[in-house]
Amino acid sequence: MNAPKTLDKLMSAAEIVAQLSDGMTIGIGGWGPRRKPMALVREILRSDLKDLTVVAYGGADVGMLCAAGKVRKLVFAFVSLDAIPLEPWFRKSREAGQLEVLELDEGMLQWGLKAAAFQLPFLPTRVGLGTDLAELGGLKTVQSPYADGETLIAMPALKLDAALLHVNRSDWRGNVHVFGPDVYYDEWFARAAAKTYVSCEELVDRMEDHYADDAQYNIVERAFISGVVEVPGGAHPSSMPPAYGWDMKAFKAWADAAKDPGDWQAVKDRFVGASEEAYLATFGGKEAVAALPLPIF
Amino acid sequence: MTEPSLAELCIFACSQAFRGNGEIIATGVGPVPRLAAGLAKLTHSPELMMTDGEAYLVEQPVPIGPRAYDDRKAAGYLPFSRFFDAAVWTGRRHAMVTPTQLDRFGQINLSYMGGTYDKPKTQMLGVRGFPGNTIYHPNSFFFPAHSARVFVPQVDMISGVGYNPAKRVAGGNYSGVDLRLIVTNLCVMDFGGADNAIRVISLHPGVTFEEVQEATGFALEKGDLAETPLPTADQLEIIASLDPHNIRASVIRDNPPARRTA
Repeated sequence: MNAPKTLDKLMSAAEIVAQLSDGMTIGIGGWGPRRKPMALVREILRSDLKDLTVVAYGGADVGMLCAAGKVRKLVFAFVSLDAIPLEPWFRKSREAGQLEVLELDEGMLQWGLKAAAFQLPFLPTRVGLGTDLAELGGLKTVQSPYADGETLIAMPALKLDAALLHVNRSDWRGNVHVFGPDVYYDEWFARAAAKTYVSCEELVDRMEDHYADDAQYNIVERAFISGVVEVPGGAHPSSMPPAYGWDMKAFKAWADAAKDPGDWQAVKDRFVGASEEAYLATFGGKEAVAALPLPIF
Repeated sequence: MTEPSLAELCIFACSQAFRGNGEIIATGVGPVPRLAAGLAKLTHSPELMMTDGEAYLVEQPVPIGPRAYDDRKAAGYLPFSRFFDAAVWTGRRHAMVTPTQLDRFGQINLSYMGGTYDKPKTQMLGVRGFPGNTIYHPNSFFFPAHSARVFVPQVDMISGVGYNPAKRVAGGNYSGVDLRLIVTNLCVMDFGGADNAIRVISLHPGVTFEEVQEATGFALEKGDLAETPLPTADQLEIIASLDPHNIRASVIRDNPPARRTA
């Protein structure tokens, strides 16, 4: 590997999106309505980027990208906003036949990311046998070469051109800290990707000078991080524990808009905005986001 | 004593699915299954493990509905990030869920109905973790409205493994497939019929086998039919303590009593 000229990975959100190109396979971290890199997703929605293959444990990120017609193919196990079980814009796109899909079990999806991270063509699993997944998704089987001779699904590597994550903290070299009770599969999205870009709630210069005692929150090593941007409130309307909870009112408004007016162009200003500042102002600004209570399960 | 509601009878019936399971994760998705898992842990099966619904393992089941964020005492940790490693793919779990459809082989669907894979008529949740759950660990089911729309001859998209011989790829290991109990607003069923056929084992008070069969889209076997027992006053008290906002009253239409009134 060539050493980078500088370890300064700071970029603007627009510069990050400029690194992406049409037709790329993009993984999005988080889980449903939880800790989604929404500011980076909104930046994609402000761009001309198109024909994306999106791999995600989906929430409003997937719904918005589908609504805007950015998604050619979706690799998913669910698309949900928890209290609103079915993401309504995703549903509309599916029922209109607008998406090519690879539907996977939740465990298979992370298994495919791990195969990609380990640079393997596939990883074997029992999961998928006895269901319609293999047939519908074109998944093949392999036979164990050992005495058991077991037939297994060969879960293909889900290689990502880029992954997007939202983290609590980062320094300019990409030393990230992620808090909250669950980190989901973000580290595997990062390791499965050629390039990973993170937005963060708090940017510091040198992590070790400020938060050396928090090193165990470094869920993925900086070698996997290519770009860093500071965007407080960048997960809104998804949750970002312990900083803020999800904005169920905003999710509800987003879900209602799928019915009326039901048209992306008509709602784009409100749910994406011309800039991140303009977007957040619509929902009461950073202070209102910071005050959102953590969700109760 | 107060007359138990049908929902409370169902919670008690569902809790029996978790009896004698050992030290495994009991997951109840939805109010009735979740209350059932809590009731099981607080009565006959304290060895059960469960989460707070988010990422922590708790020894005292967390009440459902609004509460303070820190009203949970974590004894352990089981986030999504290690759920497959620890609970699902090791077989140390029993989940009770409510899919959209279930067929005579116990195959379930929560992906889509009608249309095709590329253009479904009705998109639903997606298969979530059900293909893995059903090939690795025990599963049970709760349905608040027993009908032929739920119990169908053949599900539209097979999202969970059942006992259908036609879906068993030769050489696959299906030893983990273990469908246990189906509780509905009418009866309790298991998979103890011929070749794991679905069998009615108890009828809720006032319900007949014919009524259950009428509301089912395939032929049911008739077990040694008993009347589903009512929860005791002690059990009702525990259920109430786990559901202080009475969310259970909204699960079954019109929240009827356990014993039908004429």
